[in-house]
Amino acid sequence: MQTDELIADLAGGSRRHAAGATVPFGAVAAFALLVGFGVFMLLLGPRPDFVASLATPRFDVKFVETGLLAAAAIAVLAGLARPARPWRERLGWFAVPAIVLGLAVAAELASVPEHLWAARAIGSNAKNCLLAIPTIGMPVLAVLLFALSRQAPTRPRLTGAIAGFASAGIAAAFYAAHCTDDSPLFVAIWYPLATLVLVAAGAVAGGRMLRW
Amino acid sequence: MAPASSSKLQGLDDLLLRAVAGDEKAYRAFLTDAAQIVRRFAAQRMPRHSPGFDIEDLVQEILLAVHAKRHTWRPGEPVAPWLFAIARYKAIDAYRRRGRRIEIDIDAIGDVFEDPSAVPNATAHDVGRAVASLGGRQRAVVSALSVEGKSITQTARDLDMSEGAVRVAFHRGLAAIARKFGKD
Repeated sequence: MQTDELIADLAGGSRRHAAGATVPFGAVAAFALLVGFGVFMLLLGPRPDFVASLATPRFDVKFVETGLLAAAAIAVLAGLARPARPWRERLGWFAVPAIVLGLAVAAELASVPEHLWAARAIGSNAKNCLLAIPTIGMPVLAVLLFALSRQAPTRPRLTGAIAGFASAGIAAAFYAAHCTDDSPLFVAIWYPLATLVLVAAGAVAGGRMLRW
Repeated sequence: MAPASSSKLQGLDDLLLRAVAGDEKAYRAFLTDAAQIVRRFAAQRMPRHSPGFDIEDLVQEILLAVHAKRHTWRPGEPVAPWLFAIARYKAIDAYRRRGRRIEIDIDAIGDVFEDPSAVPNATAHDVGRAVASLGGRQRAVVSALSVEGKSITQTARDLDMSEGAVRVAFHRGLAAIARKFGKD
């Protein structure tokens, strides 16, 4: 087919076939958060002493770390979603949750006697953590990937991987409300492992779902 | 980076802005200008000696992508970087697909080939497999046009589609087949 014929067809049909609509990325993120919350409440729910625990810094810092991870990933995603939008310079935001986690680990090592380190790090919920975060995160990841597939990411696999980080941040924030292991040593080992599951899933799915 | 004159690139912003507001003429002008810019881009990016590769195919793929993703441009943003990002994405895509195929000049090894008429079903089988891999309308359109040999007008009437929609579905169907079977 000649290119000018194609142009005539595309221009002629443009009014009958409306352009796909873009949902603002903030709305997508809010919806993903809601989905994560729904799955969390359905499967786990917050721990019984949730409100009382809010007074302990170890408990609270879990939400800071996971929330910052989700925020950084969503900021990068908003850039990756459309062609020629800035995203590289936002990658640095990933350092923020990492630094907070590092500081929390340092504080824990300084304040807890050495013979307790191993017990704190292994905790009693390691397996739950590795299962629950990906389980809550998968539907969140699916929402994000679906929204991104309506956009035009020019780096499909990377975009999928960052969506994995975002879903992991959201899922981990909810899981943190359920899990009774509050030591930063536990968080620094098991949360990143669970995150990697979602990042890998996101990269693989992104490579397939986000091509256009 | 931009190979086209800057006035044309700036004109794109205005044209696309009017196009999203529903101005069909502006949209046609936008696509025409974009095609020219993208053609130059494609010619520069693609290896000069590319047997089996048609720059016009790439231009059309880019235009289809621009059309399908036109909602990802927001009024107020410059069109040129957006357009080039899409063009680059599609060029890389086309280049990768090509890279997995081996192109050999047929004259050099012509004697080696079997007489194609001696294996009568190979082509029919491949075509059937390719068409079967499509879904819905694309399959109906590609099958009507390429296998049954119907005209575009006839196909449009049979499937109750506009001729433009038939052309676009046909083009996309072929692109999908190329994507799927070009990789093997």
